[in-house]
Amino acid sequence: MNAAGFPLLSLVTFLPLVGGAVIMSVRGDEQTVASNARWTALWTSLIVLALSLILWVRFDQADPGFQFVEDVSWLPQWGISYKMGVDGISVLFVLLSTVLTPICILASWESITTRVREFMLSFLILETMMVGMFAALDFVVFYMFFEGVLIPMYLIIGVWGGPRRVYAAVKFFLFTLAGSVLMLLALLAMWYQTGTTDITVLLHTAFPETMQTWLFLAFFASFAVKVPMWPVHTWLPDAHVEAPTAGSVILAGVLLKMGAYGFLRFSVPMLPLASAQLAPFMYTLSVVAVVYTSMVALAQTDMKKLIAYSSVAHMGVVTIGIFTVNVQGISGALLQMLSHGVVSAALFLCVGVIYDRIHTREIARYGGLADRMPAYAFTFMLFTMASVGLPGTSGFVGEFLVLVGAFKVNFWLALLGSLGMILGAAYMLYLYRRIIFGRITRDDLKAILDLSPREIAVFAPLIVLTLWMGIYPSSFTGFFDAAVGAMVDHHQAALAATTKLAGMLH
Amino acid sequence: MLFAVAVFAPLLGSIVAGLFGKAIGDRAAQAVTILCMILASICGVSAFVSLVYGGAPAGTVSLGTWLDAGTFHASWALRYDALSAVMVAMVTCVATLIHIYSVGYMSHDSTVWRFFSYLSLFSFAMLMLVTADNLLQLFFGWEGVGLASYLLIGYWYDRPSACAAAIKAFVVNRIGDLGFAVGIALVFVTFGSIDFSTIFAAVGQHQSDTYSVFGTWRAYEVIGILLFIGAMGKSAQLGLHVWLPDAMEGPTPVSALIHAATMVTAGVFLMARFSPVLDYAPGALAFVTFIGGSTALFAATVGCVQNDIKRVIAYSTCSQLGYMFVAAGVGAYQASIFHLLTHAFFKALLFLGAGSVIHAMSDEQDMRKMGGIWKKIPLTYAVMWIGSLALGGVFPFAGYYSKDAILEAAWASETAIGQYGFWCGLLAAGLTAFYSWRLLILTFHGKPRADHHTMEHVHESPAVMTVPLLLLAAGAVVTGFVFHEQLLGEHWQAFWGNSIQIAPTNHVLHAMEEVPGWVALSPSVIGLFGIAVAYLLYMAMPQVPAQLAATFGGVYRFLLNKWYFDELYDAVIVRPYFALSRALWQVGDATIIDGIPNGLATLTTDSTAQVVKIQNGSIAVYAFSMLIGLVFLVSIFLLFR
Repeated sequence: MNAAGFPLLSLVTFLPLVGGAVIMSVRGDEQTVASNARWTALWTSLIVLALSLILWVRFDQADPGFQFVEDVSWLPQWGISYKMGVDGISVLFVLLSTVLTPICILASWESITTRVREFMLSFLILETMMVGMFAALDFVVFYMFFEGVLIPMYLIIGVWGGPRRVYAAVKFFLFTLAGSVLMLLALLAMWYQTGTTDITVLLHTAFPETMQTWLFLAFFASFAVKVPMWPVHTWLPDAHVEAPTAGSVILAGVLLKMGAYGFLRFSVPMLPLASAQLAPFMYTLSVVAVVYTSMVALAQTDMKKLIAYSSVAHMGVVTIGIFTVNVQGISGALLQMLSHGVVSAALFLCVGVIYDRIHTREIARYGGLADRMPAYAFTFMLFTMASVGLPGTSGFVGEFLVLVGAFKVNFWLALLGSLGMILGAAYMLYLYRRIIFGRITRDDLKAILDLSPREIAVFAPLIVLTLWMGIYPSSFTGFFDAAVGAMVDHHQAALAATTKLAGMLH
Repeated sequence: MLFAVAVFAPLLGSIVAGLFGKAIGDRAAQAVTILCMILASICGVSAFVSLVYGGAPAGTVSLGTWLDAGTFHASWALRYDALSAVMVAMVTCVATLIHIYSVGYMSHDSTVWRFFSYLSLFSFAMLMLVTADNLLQLFFGWEGVGLASYLLIGYWYDRPSACAAAIKAFVVNRIGDLGFAVGIALVFVTFGSIDFSTIFAAVGQHQSDTYSVFGTWRAYEVIGILLFIGAMGKSAQLGLHVWLPDAMEGPTPVSALIHAATMVTAGVFLMARFSPVLDYAPGALAFVTFIGGSTALFAATVGCVQNDIKRVIAYSTCSQLGYMFVAAGVGAYQASIFHLLTHAFFKALLFLGAGSVIHAMSDEQDMRKMGGIWKKIPLTYAVMWIGSLALGGVFPFAGYYSKDAILEAAWASETAIGQYGFWCGLLAAGLTAFYSWRLLILTFHGKPRADHHTMEHVHESPAVMTVPLLLLAAGAVVTGFVFHEQLLGEHWQAFWGNSIQIAPTNHVLHAMEEVPGWVALSPSVIGLFGIAVAYLLYMAMPQVPAQLAATFGGVYRFLLNKWYFDELYDAVIVRPYFALSRALWQVGDATIIDGIPNGLATLTTDSTAQVVKIQNGSIAVYAFSMLIGLVFLVSIFLLFR
């Protein structure tokens, strides 16, 4: 039935729920339950990770189409089926989700002490939703997972968050939901037009030009909030600030990629004319995002807010890359998404390390940590450099390819879109200086401990990934080269067909 | 193979010292890094010798793929030709000497292993830069040296000034790097490749390509300008020079290695490496000469009045880099690399000599608090003389050959901008001699101005510091006349091979042999004049400089404050940027953008609070609302029936 011989994607998607069921069935005193929940969640996520690595090994890089496809009829009278599958664009995001989940569970090992069972359960449900979303090949299935992500995330922020967690959780929920409603409308319109919700069919359907514009705007409302693009980004800093560390990690690492993934999966290939027409609009918003949020980041006094704003700026680079619709731009955007998934996750973990010790995110409360925490200073420096895009780290390759892709479109787009190189260096180094450099003045900092073995275990895979992606990105680009090439060709062909048609009419 | 060892041995040393330095201890970390560096320099020098004198073929050492996306391809590879070999030999030798010197200089530091790890990391990045086979790998090294420079400037991270200088260096460099990165993109769009061999082979085909930005230009000119913007940042040229003097916050060996001998010359190297393309971009080259000449003169004027011994040498570096760009700008790339080589030796010597002085003076850097120590540290004194003679361009020291060559080339180019470069360079040559001897006299001669306690402790440095000084001094003496004929003479192509390619119309190397006699003589004359003035002012009549400073207070303050560049940038860029950042956050985000959803939320809660009031339990009101509703629905039904 597929390359794995068994429904691998469904297994990877729903296995976390099995783990969740096990967690729910544990009885006993609070200590036992908490400990069982932690270990069960960790083992479940590790098994899921191991299974998902089959994708890494068995994925056929030369094939631009969907692989590991599962298709079960669900509501045939409406053309809806349960269909799963991955192509070069989605496979790495499935892996990103399965890699980050155990890291998050490990990172919450000691910092989550209340309602541990429910927390771990939420996280496993979240994993199901994330993986399902990236693997879905039916629009309705996609939509359910896409929306389903909101629920566990809403709980994670709202229950285990900081003092203003309810405001942040509701804001997060409403912002993203408001956009999604319009996507639902777009979904209905597409179904009405084609009679199916099969993504593989929709990808090869030519929608009428005016319809494309409307569909594009509806998708835009949903995905732009998720990315988030300027000016609908303000939910993100609040959500990050209030979320527990692991919540921030998943939010920055995977959830922000959902919007950009949506653009790549739906807007660009299904609506080529609208994408080409509205590209200048997308460029403008993206460039504003890069410059504006980089500046706002500099002014922050809260570590998490600063990194949250930097995420918006980095995602601005991604949206530029996507809408250049050339091989370098899209490859760069994909690499930048993966890199950001690892690096921003690591940066939030870095914040979490000292937050767990001192219980504040106020930048001014820190300073001089290099003396007491050399290993931490090294780790933080590495991810700071990856964030500012130093060659040799993952941050560079994506950003540079987007620069090349953007340059093919327009000189100014490339120049302004790359201003993040300078502005990013300013706010990240300023942050690093205020936390790590200087002299220790406070007593609680003098007694601070360096990374524990558990924390080193959390960071080690992320460090390896950051350098691997920076030095030998071909291991990753190989997965999506064929798919990106096909997408660009398809886009060019669609545009050419329209111009030819217009030429015949005149 | 030798070549690869030369490049990667320092990386090995850096990793070992960095990751295990704390565990294995300072001694072991020093031993590992230095052994790796010695190995690298043996390999580097033998690779150079076998290529240039042994007839080994030039080529590339392929290491693997880096980045592939569609037609964009970048690989990890080491380019082995005369230009990279000579740079590798120079970098490994100077870096090894500075590693050894640091053993003595940093002996009182608490994290020696960290320092050595950074130094070796820097050496590796610099070697990757000079051996790059494509622009992206060059950029890797370029940014890598930037990182190492940032780490080393901020090495003493408990000093706020060091942290500020480190950030400034990184961010200012990044401004140039942005130009460089965009330039790489344009190269790719123009040539369809970023591999040097492919680009240089296709130079003829894209002569008439144009690119539109602020009007339509030849693509080569735009490429030249963009790459030069990168070079301006790294090589501290006028406008983007502000980070270099502040970089003196780093330990002195760092200043010698990074901010004098190697890293800052990366921009010059880039110009030489890209000579096959740049030689067809006369407009860009004119700009290079203009900035180079201006920087040479500007930095020299500032250097004349500084009081911090390291800052004088820092401005001198800035100025000498200006010379190298003048040479590159008039098409004499060989002369710019020649000056780069000689400068590496004598400037590293001067910095390390200054370090030896600072070491002797109990970490005092202000020349106003020195003086009268030459008998106590005779060896340092002697090598500082050699360094100054070389810097001042006195026959037969190294600087004489290379600086004269640059000025002759500028004159011989016979363009207006070349003339500008010549006159700037000539004036700067006088100033160079002046500030060099001002430094020598203030530091070593006259009455001791340090306090009694410091003077008692003045001592010559240990052998681990003086031996590198002597070796560099030897370099500062001999590199000039040894390499002059090979690099610039009639048979320069025998030395350079294909690593420097010039347009058939470029005859500047030939023409510089035939400049009028006074052009060849004038740098020496004006240099001696500068020395004489310095002697008169600071040795014979030491009260005069203060009087001059008081009389020409405006000029003096203008120079002392470095033409107010820092103040200008602070007022025009830095402070408005911070203010705008805060405004965007508090007004843009918090008030305007968040105002809409928050306002909507308030509106909803407020209006529901009003609606709630209707539900007051009165049956009459309910019945009335039902009636209204009924009327409304019926009318809709009637209207649209």
